[in-house]
Amino acid sequence: MTALLILLCIILVGIVLVQIARVVELTAQIKGEREVMRESSWWNAVLSLGFLVVFLAAVFISSYYYKNELLGYGPHSAASEHGGAIDSMFNVTLFFTGIVFVITHIALFWFAFKYRWREDRQASFISHDDRLEIIWTAVPAVVMTLLVVRGLDAWNTIMADVSENEDYIEIEATGQQFNWIIRYPGPDGKLGARDYRLTTATNQIGQDFRDRKNWDDVIVSQELYLPVNKKVRVRIIAKDVLHNFYLPQFRVKMDAVPGMPTYFVFTPIKTTAEYRNELRKYPEYHQPYDPTDPQGPKRWEKFEYELACAELCGKGHYSMKRIIRVVSQEEFDAWYKQQESYYMSQIRGKDEDPNKGKVLDIDPPASDANAPAKTETTSL
Amino acid sequence: MAEMTKVAVDSLDTLEEKLTREMGYDDHFHEHHHGDKYQSNFLTTYIFSTDHKIIGRQFLITGIFWALMGAMMSLVFRLQLGFPEADLAWLKPVLGKWIQVNDAGIGKLDPEFYYALVTIHGTVLVFFVLTAGLSGTFSNLLIPLQIGARDMASPLLNAFSYWFFFLASVVMFLSLFLSTGPFSGGWTAYPPLSALPQASEGSGAGMTMWIVAMAFFIVSALLGGINYVTTVLNLRTKGMNLWRMPLTIWAFFITAIIGVLSFPVLLSGVLLLMFDRSMGTSFYLSEIVVGGQILDRIGGSPILYQHLFWFLGHPEVYIIILPAMGIVSEVLSVHARKPIFGYRAMVLSILAIAFLSFIVWAHHMFMAGVNPFISNFFVVFTLIIAVPSAVKVFNWISTVYGSNFRFNSASLFALGFVSLFISGGLTGIFLGNSAIDVQLHDTYFVVAHFHIVMGVAAFFGMFAGIYQWFPKMFGRFMNETLGKIHFWGTMIGAYAVFWPMHYTGMAGVPRRYYDGGASFDSFRHFTELNQFITVAAIIVFFLQVVFVVNFFYSIFNGRKMTTKNPWGANTLEWTTPINPGHGNWPGNIPAVQRWAYDYGKGGQEYVPQYVPLREGEHDHGH
Repeated sequence: MTALLILLCIILVGIVLVQIARVVELTAQIKGEREVMRESSWWNAVLSLGFLVVFLAAVFISSYYYKNELLGYGPHSAASEHGGAIDSMFNVTLFFTGIVFVITHIALFWFAFKYRWREDRQASFISHDDRLEIIWTAVPAVVMTLLVVRGLDAWNTIMADVSENEDYIEIEATGQQFNWIIRYPGPDGKLGARDYRLTTATNQIGQDFRDRKNWDDVIVSQELYLPVNKKVRVRIIAKDVLHNFYLPQFRVKMDAVPGMPTYFVFTPIKTTAEYRNELRKYPEYHQPYDPTDPQGPKRWEKFEYELACAELCGKGHYSMKRIIRVVSQEEFDAWYKQQESYYMSQIRGKDEDPNKGKVLDIDPPASDANAPAKTETTSL
Repeated sequence: MAEMTKVAVDSLDTLEEKLTREMGYDDHFHEHHHGDKYQSNFLTTYIFSTDHKIIGRQFLITGIFWALMGAMMSLVFRLQLGFPEADLAWLKPVLGKWIQVNDAGIGKLDPEFYYALVTIHGTVLVFFVLTAGLSGTFSNLLIPLQIGARDMASPLLNAFSYWFFFLASVVMFLSLFLSTGPFSGGWTAYPPLSALPQASEGSGAGMTMWIVAMAFFIVSALLGGINYVTTVLNLRTKGMNLWRMPLTIWAFFITAIIGVLSFPVLLSGVLLLMFDRSMGTSFYLSEIVVGGQILDRIGGSPILYQHLFWFLGHPEVYIIILPAMGIVSEVLSVHARKPIFGYRAMVLSILAIAFLSFIVWAHHMFMAGVNPFISNFFVVFTLIIAVPSAVKVFNWISTVYGSNFRFNSASLFALGFVSLFISGGLTGIFLGNSAIDVQLHDTYFVVAHFHIVMGVAAFFGMFAGIYQWFPKMFGRFMNETLGKIHFWGTMIGAYAVFWPMHYTGMAGVPRRYYDGGASFDSFRHFTELNQFITVAAIIVFFLQVVFVVNFFYSIFNGRKMTTKNPWGANTLEWTTPINPGHGNWPGNIPAVQRWAYDYGKGGQEYVPQYVPLREGEHDHGH
């Protein structure tokens, strides 16, 4: 019923518009073309000027209103080491483009207003000015050079892979429809080999358990933890279609490509607790986290770093969320110690275990005296 | 206008007839074409016509149909984004099973169909509306008329070009009614999602039909493009050398060259995708486990598809925007009553943009897993494009400076185009810089950027062209009052829709999220903004309905054209009769004596191209 009413209203508005248009056209015939042009010229010139003022005002007011969404300001500043370079690059670009935006818009609409049609005006015959062309080719070229140089400097630093003797932790993120499988290397610090053909319902990422590096690997099913101020290399893998490993607060984004592992290296510099404390300074984060529960925790108290997918991967694309906690090294170590090896807890001794029947050096000390004396230490 | 310069116009018309008789090009047209015996009935005149003017109108009207379809699709997904709690059960009669009504009687849009809508919206607007509807319409209409040709080099291929587009439209339209839905993997159709029917419902029959439609479309674009290039190179009238061509023709010409060079690459890309889908090849597939099934496909790379796609995909945005730029240059100059500022710089910047458009494609792929070192080159070339673009903007602004600017629907849309091109172009400088793209890639910032710079801006170019050349197409004028309501409403409304998306983009909200990011704490605080955008989008949609009503109403009831050259323009299309037949000029084709932009020269309001240079007068095109 409401839909019908709305439809009727729309049709009515349409009819009114068409009638107004016809009336205007009829009066135009009476008034004469010149008079109409005079009026239209005046009105549209004023509208141009009005649009300029309102548009620029709306841009500035809305930018001020949403200033906390701008990169590198207030609550929305990077939580990773390289993120600052992205934020500052953004702001440098914003500065230059902002100037151009305002000047060109003022020129465009002011000229349209000032040089509006008048019967007695004669447009000037100015066909070209090569000096001006050179100036406005050169100036943007110089500004672009500046932006390119700064941008590429930042880019090559951000994208640099880890070097061999660096201290870092490597984790692996595998995207699949529609969640992330996160693997930690375990005590040996090395991720084990995998082969997609080994994938089964229990061995979701096709770990090759003949490789001893896999024996201690951990698959984290809850929040994933990262130590603050420690370089993380994320090995990014896709199982089925393209995904994208996206950590908005850390300024991390990289496609996950089936058949071609990619990586992103970053260093978190703010723990979750520190980030929450920063958010505390902003009034919008003092609103209740759950609007239906005004007495409940505030938004800043519930803040978590989030992992999202940023490459369309199917109908569940919008739901590939994981939570990341950045904590001190000690807290991280404590958490890491509690994590069980996926192999030992889920695979060891089952039919799927390629090492079934053999004793491995990571098996808990056997009370059984009949165990074979030689330990299996094969590695791929 | 007409009254005021009546005397001048009359004498110009007489002069034109005299000059065309004496100096024009006589191809003995009138001796061969009495009554045009091949166009004797409705079907051959209006449907299976080989007249470029009819084909142009066919492209335009098909384009308008798809624009409305695409816009209605966007309204449905905007409703979902702005009002996720709203009851959409009322859409059930149209969308059927894609609206799931729960026990409480609340209808919800199926996520699968949300993605299908987003995908088809993108595909039809980019290809069917802003390529076929814009370039197809105006290249067809204006190339022969403005260079002084009777028709295209091959009118038959030209008709095929439209009918292949029509076929593409039919296939795409029918795919909307598949039980598994139309293709839903994004307009870029990245494999493996698009290659694996197991990965998504839309990747089944929907994708097959999408590929077939695109293949037909590419054939259409190539037939059209080859024709435009050939016509411009071979059929220019006497005296119309390249430096005397209006900027519209330069733009259509260069656009056609870009299209001819890049569309075949897309065709090869989608054909390989077809092989991967149905013949078991592995061009794009490697090491895939989908739905628990281990695929025996090794060695391919999804990145290869992205290279092939964007090798067309990036030039494609210039295929869309260059014709709009050409139209805007022409319309601005005519209504400013002043030459386009820096004609040669305008031509050179089109050439520069066209050249650069081929070496920037991987800026869509900074975050796709390509070697980061390669990105360095693409950043450099991408940001260099800002230079010729800036030159164009400064030249348009200088054209308005010192003018006698006539405000009408056409010139207003041209003015609006410049504003949108500035706003959207500047955000490209953020995205083209790979370091900033780390954060902004695939967020709403990108959505805001390309909708403003090539979506709305190209539409504004198209509207400017429609209002400007409607009299040439239909012998009548569109209603000016409705035109101005259409302009001011759309100008404000389009910014209201797309400007706020910059803010959500900076906050990191990813695009293509069915729930707009509601399940993420980081993204979900934009409820009101999303509602605002949706309401603005609905208003803008109804303003376009005003345009469509005005368009079709004016075809039959608009104010009649009484003079040949209502805008006082210099170009040749206004020397044809009010309702030109097939062949455009009844007698000789006028010869061109000067460039197209002698407005306000030597105290004369305009000096058409057929007027010979006075002794000692300098031709400014050279």
